[in-house]
Amino acid sequence: MSMDITELTLGGLVAAMEAGEVSSVEATEATLKKIEEKKDLGAYVTVCGDSAMSAAKAADKARAEGKKSPLLGVPVAVKDNICTEGIRTTCASKFLENYIPPYDAFVVRKLKAAGAVIVGKANMDEFAMGSGSEYSAFFRVKNAIDPTRVAGGSSGGSACAVASYQAYASLGSDTGGSIRQPAAFNGVVGLKPTYSAVSRNGLIAFASSLDQIGPMARTVADCRTVYDVIKGHDAGDSTSYAGDVDKGDTFTSLKGRRIGVAKEFFPKELNGEIRAAIDKALAFYESEGAEIVETSIGSFDMALACYYILSSAEASSNLSRYDGVKYGRRAEGCVNLEDIYYKSRTEFFGAEVKRRIMLGNFVLSSGYYDAFYLRASKARTLIKKDFESALSGCDALICPTAPTTAYKAGMSADDPSAAYLGDIFTVPVNIAGLPALSVKCGEDADKLPIGMQLIGKPYCESTLMSLAEIYEKGGER
Amino acid sequence: MSGYIPTIGLEVHCELKTETKLFCSCRNTFGSEPNTNTCPVCAGHPGVLPVINRKAVEYTVKAGSAIGCRISRYSKWDRKNYFYPDLPKAWQTSQYDLPLCIGGEVKIKVNGEEKTIRLNRIHLEEDAGKLVHGAGTTAVDYNRCGVPLMECVTEPDMHSADEAVAFLEELASIFRFAGVSDCRMQEGSIRADVNLSLSKPGEPLGTRTETKNLNSFRSVRRAIEAEIRRQTEVLESGGKIVQETRRFDDATGEGYGMRSKEDAQDYRYFPEPDLMPVVLSDDDIARICADLPELAGKRRQRYTSELGLSEYDAEQLTSDPALADLFDGAVSAGANAKKAANYVMSEIMRKGKTAGEDGIVVGISGLQLAQLLELVDKGEINLVTSRDVLNKIWLTDMSAGAAVDALGLRQNNDAGEIEKLVRDIVAANPGPAADYRNGNEKVLSFFVGQLMKATKGKTNPKIAGDLIRKVLSE
Repeated sequence: MSMDITELTLGGLVAAMEAGEVSSVEATEATLKKIEEKKDLGAYVTVCGDSAMSAAKAADKARAEGKKSPLLGVPVAVKDNICTEGIRTTCASKFLENYIPPYDAFVVRKLKAAGAVIVGKANMDEFAMGSGSEYSAFFRVKNAIDPTRVAGGSSGGSACAVASYQAYASLGSDTGGSIRQPAAFNGVVGLKPTYSAVSRNGLIAFASSLDQIGPMARTVADCRTVYDVIKGHDAGDSTSYAGDVDKGDTFTSLKGRRIGVAKEFFPKELNGEIRAAIDKALAFYESEGAEIVETSIGSFDMALACYYILSSAEASSNLSRYDGVKYGRRAEGCVNLEDIYYKSRTEFFGAEVKRRIMLGNFVLSSGYYDAFYLRASKARTLIKKDFESALSGCDALICPTAPTTAYKAGMSADDPSAAYLGDIFTVPVNIAGLPALSVKCGEDADKLPIGMQLIGKPYCESTLMSLAEIYEKGGER
Repeated sequence: MSGYIPTIGLEVHCELKTETKLFCSCRNTFGSEPNTNTCPVCAGHPGVLPVINRKAVEYTVKAGSAIGCRISRYSKWDRKNYFYPDLPKAWQTSQYDLPLCIGGEVKIKVNGEEKTIRLNRIHLEEDAGKLVHGAGTTAVDYNRCGVPLMECVTEPDMHSADEAVAFLEELASIFRFAGVSDCRMQEGSIRADVNLSLSKPGEPLGTRTETKNLNSFRSVRRAIEAEIRRQTEVLESGGKIVQETRRFDDATGEGYGMRSKEDAQDYRYFPEPDLMPVVLSDDDIARICADLPELAGKRRQRYTSELGLSEYDAEQLTSDPALADLFDGAVSAGANAKKAANYVMSEIMRKGKTAGEDGIVVGISGLQLAQLLELVDKGEINLVTSRDVLNKIWLTDMSAGAAVDALGLRQNNDAGEIEKLVRDIVAANPGPAADYRNGNEKVLSFFVGQLMKATKGKTNPKIAGDLIRKVLSE
């Protein structure tokens, strides 16, 4: 058979396995071979060949016994900040280079229960801080389309693995755009769910009030399959939503649908190719019967500052547990307690992580709290309200996922604050706690994918997926 | 005399006696092998999340309403950030600006004078672990990590070590009666920080120091006395008190400075994003407080005014909630209050104390005690044989009557039967009988002894005496 089975969609693979044309062992072997061939892309920190093969065998046996489950035998990747029992989970940090969690994250338990085969732990920016996956302490992730460019971040490994057929789907995490932006840069689909729709239990925290785990895949349908497996209430996460997480609609016609366009997401200086691609997509939606409505997010300008204050504040606290005392690495030659703290944290945190910890400690420190943290909290309330009112008149907002396509590697190192600007369209969504999805909507002159972002109402992921799927079937890709 | 008045405020930490810890399902128990009551959550592993133990919230609400606090309908959690090896997350989850309980007061009596000590707040937080220092190394025991802790902050309303200790004793009694904490000093389940300053009458309060982590009432007293002495000496010699955190060394009886205000830690408090705020409705609070038991003070009042007990007896009976519950149980099962009080204060306290080192172990129910006292009352057993009965029913649910039968202790109260025995004994001892008739009253005890010997002590002594007199006088 000349066909490369790694290039099947997740749905295609499941159908082929159901039909008895392909086994999970074959799909897993092919995926592991692909991972080896494309090692240079740096998508994985850890490849779990042995455990993947035994999971694949178990899946084939279960299927033979008549068992059915949505991901039975499907090779998937899990971002390396999501805990896997017995499998090293590093957050792409030297600090956790040797950390083997004693438990599975809630979403990993869900994946396993649905029969998924975890082939490896995806590379990322250290502790999910970054937008290029260049800040991995081990090696950077390369863009699947053009390896001289960045994969985006922080879930660069998860996006690259899916785009380069090293997994049929993956889990990423998104604190300020970390699923959507790498999905856009690699031309795949990435969904950041509503805050609290997916349990964070076992997600190594960066900024607890913004972090969400979400799926990445090559098609919207595949994304939906994975999302349906991982979503829902977890009593082990106090912020997990106990109500109905399916408040959206599933539809194939755009009649009566309204799509909002907020002018703040289309600044004058926006890259012309990206603007043209989004305009084209909007024209498609209109031609299919949707109404395009203009709206506004007045507090848009506050979002980036608000995000960097809140996320860094929470990060400074969340990352304090890495102190060289209990687990992870401890610096050599420490003579006392302060030495353990100081030397370990100096040696094992990367520059970007240190920058955020210092920023976070500063905005929380006595005398500065009111001016920074408190004001950012108030800005968060305003931003939430603005989105609520903008979304009250439409099914979703559409805008670019990122202001640029994948840029050349090494560029973000010079000016970190310029790199932060790359998050400008994605961070407001995390602040508002809303669901958003990135889907490819064309390419620029360099053949690099352009991402379109759809932002929805709380727990209306299915509305976003229906809209994206209609575009995927009829629009320009 | 220096003329300085000490002003004292306390921060009291009480461990709640919930089954499990505050944010995970590890057992909340004292004295286990190190690091056996731990899990990824309380050991602060990456990726873990806390889930609040509702019982701990309920216990704190109970404690708060027992001392008249306003219970917050909305309170929230905050992170207090600092590095220390006993704190695995490097923050303590606590309540900063919106605590569960606000205000409240405790009445104390010192040298016959009643005083009210106001509370500022009670909040709920998690305990840290324990450092265990060995030869050249230090290990950490995380068993205590995440144990629920109430922090009770008073207003600066105390002015002597006596008042501070009286407050602590009363607070511990209230929490024990409310059933929320054992307040056992030697297990560290109640600890206090002392804030103390000196001032001259009419002048503003002086600079205060805080002596941390005193874990017995005795060291609270000694630390306060030492700190008053030290501050007086500093002020008398023209010096200034430095605002600082201090420790008290129980071995030397001296305090020493730990860190001054300048290098005070910045805890960078901010709202805990991993927990939802605690929202309580009026109904929730009513439900939680519905089974709040009657506290020591109320019971003392009831014992003296309604049951006619002396102040001393009331004090003794309320020294421990288990004793007071036993007494109340016996009275409501029909026992005479005075007799029940006497029995509890003598026999039960003696037996309960020997059985346990920590407080009183009460091994019978109020109903069992009432039955026992009824048997004594009716003359079925006497006070001396009642001890055998008590031993038999202790820590069982056997009734006193069943125990009397099982032990064969029931007294013979049948006058006809006793009279027949007396006649036999008198007939067998003509000499002593003649002595009695000649006016020697002393031989009466000889006949009682003979009778008891013949019946193995199970004859009602009063009936026996009357009958012997009657037969000998015929």
